[in-house]
Amino acid sequence: MKAMEKSTDSSFVSRRRLLTTGAAVGAGAVVGVSLDRALASTPETVVSLHGAERIAFHGKHQAGIATEPAAQVSFLAFDLADGSDKSTLVRLMRLTSNSAARLTQGDPALADTEPELARKPSRLTVTFGFGPRFIKLAGGVAPSWLKPLPSFSTDELQDQWSGGDFVVQVSAEDPVAVSHAVRVLSKDIRSFGTLRWRQDGFRHAASTVKTGTTMRNLFGQVDGTVNPIPGTKEFSAAVWADKGWWAGGTSLVLRRIAMDLDTWDPVSRLGREEAMGRRLSNGAPLTGTREHDEPDLEAKDALGLEVIAPYAHIRRAQTDDPTQVIFRRPYNYDIAPSGDSTSNSGLLFASFQADVDHQFVPIQQRLAELDMLNEWTTAIGSAVFVIPPGCEPGGFIGDSLLG
Amino acid sequence: MNVSRPFRLVATLALAASFVLAGCSDDQKSDKADHTHDQVEIHVSDAWVKAADSGMTAAFATLENDSEKALTITKVTSDASSDTQLHETVTAADHSSMMQEVKDGFTLEPDRMLMLEPGGNHIMLMDLKKPLLPGDEVTFTLHFDDGSAQDFTAVVKEFEGANESYESHGKKH
Repeated sequence: MKAMEKSTDSSFVSRRRLLTTGAAVGAGAVVGVSLDRALASTPETVVSLHGAERIAFHGKHQAGIATEPAAQVSFLAFDLADGSDKSTLVRLMRLTSNSAARLTQGDPALADTEPELARKPSRLTVTFGFGPRFIKLAGGVAPSWLKPLPSFSTDELQDQWSGGDFVVQVSAEDPVAVSHAVRVLSKDIRSFGTLRWRQDGFRHAASTVKTGTTMRNLFGQVDGTVNPIPGTKEFSAAVWADKGWWAGGTSLVLRRIAMDLDTWDPVSRLGREEAMGRRLSNGAPLTGTREHDEPDLEAKDALGLEVIAPYAHIRRAQTDDPTQVIFRRPYNYDIAPSGDSTSNSGLLFASFQADVDHQFVPIQQRLAELDMLNEWTTAIGSAVFVIPPGCEPGGFIGDSLLG
Repeated sequence: MNVSRPFRLVATLALAASFVLAGCSDDQKSDKADHTHDQVEIHVSDAWVKAADSGMTAAFATLENDSEKALTITKVTSDASSDTQLHETVTAADHSSMMQEVKDGFTLEPDRMLMLEPGGNHIMLMDLKKPLLPGDEVTFTLHFDDGSAQDFTAVVKEFEGANESYESHGKKH
């Protein structure tokens, strides 16, 4: 037999020494940043690093909803394997919640084969949602609104972007953090089901615009001006469910909206502003000057025509019912075109609301009936999920259903 | 699988830094389990078991001695297997590595941590009583030389690695 060297000793490490060394490494990092800043010289180019920023995973609500949206998102929907039952789903949610709790805090997942990729979570959030079949397999009671949306006249839905039993929304400022979390979670999930679809989206990169700035879609429009503000009573009433095992949770409607940039091209700026009812420059209603000015739907021009046209998107989205409010959290998508097309772009229209039937459907119904933007936009995917409440340390997402 | 010392040192430093800066996000389960016996002197974190349908598998964790005295773990028992062993990695002159049982147990000096990890020291579960499926929880009991004991819980994870060969009886399992 060959000579053997015991390696046991090398895995006993003095924690005191680790602390000291860790501090030294930390000091080195600080020096590094200072040097970068010194070299940058002008104040405009001084940036703070986002890598270490963390969003709490545990709490009353899941993160990734009221959280200020980060730059990158991946939505993944899975079909659960036949024969899955409640105990299967407990194992699934225990595993995935555990990985999410660790990764969002910058700790490698258990059995993480690329632990270095977990160190910069950059505001990573992981949000889980259940489709109708998940609840059925769990033997639970589903919210009455948990079903496919009614079909709208403007829909051209494709299976490859619709439905699903289990959804995971992964978001962070850094695409590497998103990629690693998606990889880890996909490995956790693969023995429970198969990937149905994945939809990746983006907004402005971190530090590009001020926090809280309404995003622009790829038509160049300021998109999402009228939106309840997280932390307000209006937001809580619109978003968080207050009954059932999903109390403290909400619903996610994810619509994939193809935006035809090629037919949008010939539309004049005036035409584009009329279609929306807002100015392209700053998102102000055509009757106002600033983004958050209240639109005056009664205002007429010199010819007696409505300033905000009857077909304008913001007029059609408007409601007199103050409870018909949804919280929009959209992302752009831009993927490789096929055939002769020069673009394959659009919007991942994600919205959260306590009751899909009461809040989302009436708004979408009005927009399907008449909205000038329908000329250039088509819903090609649609999915509805119940988003369970958050969990406490030691628990897992969905424990109020599965516990 | 052979892990070089510099690599292990770096990995360990990174892990330690996470304890210091972030605390550990998954400690709840082990913390909870720590209190089932009268002694709470080993802090167990990052505990997991490689999924397996039958036969043998391995468990991994980080053990930290929070007490003022040296602690010797003489054996580990588990609800998943009636034959649970402590294993160590030994490296041959040709740099191949082999696993073998540690008969005398692991001694942890105060303020030290022991990494049980793929390619290194680990807990071996022989002849599984039933399949260990991803997401299952397995309870382990650490037995100390002073007769005390301490439980911890580990979650089962699918894992492609940790397929080391074993020295026992000179054959590969």
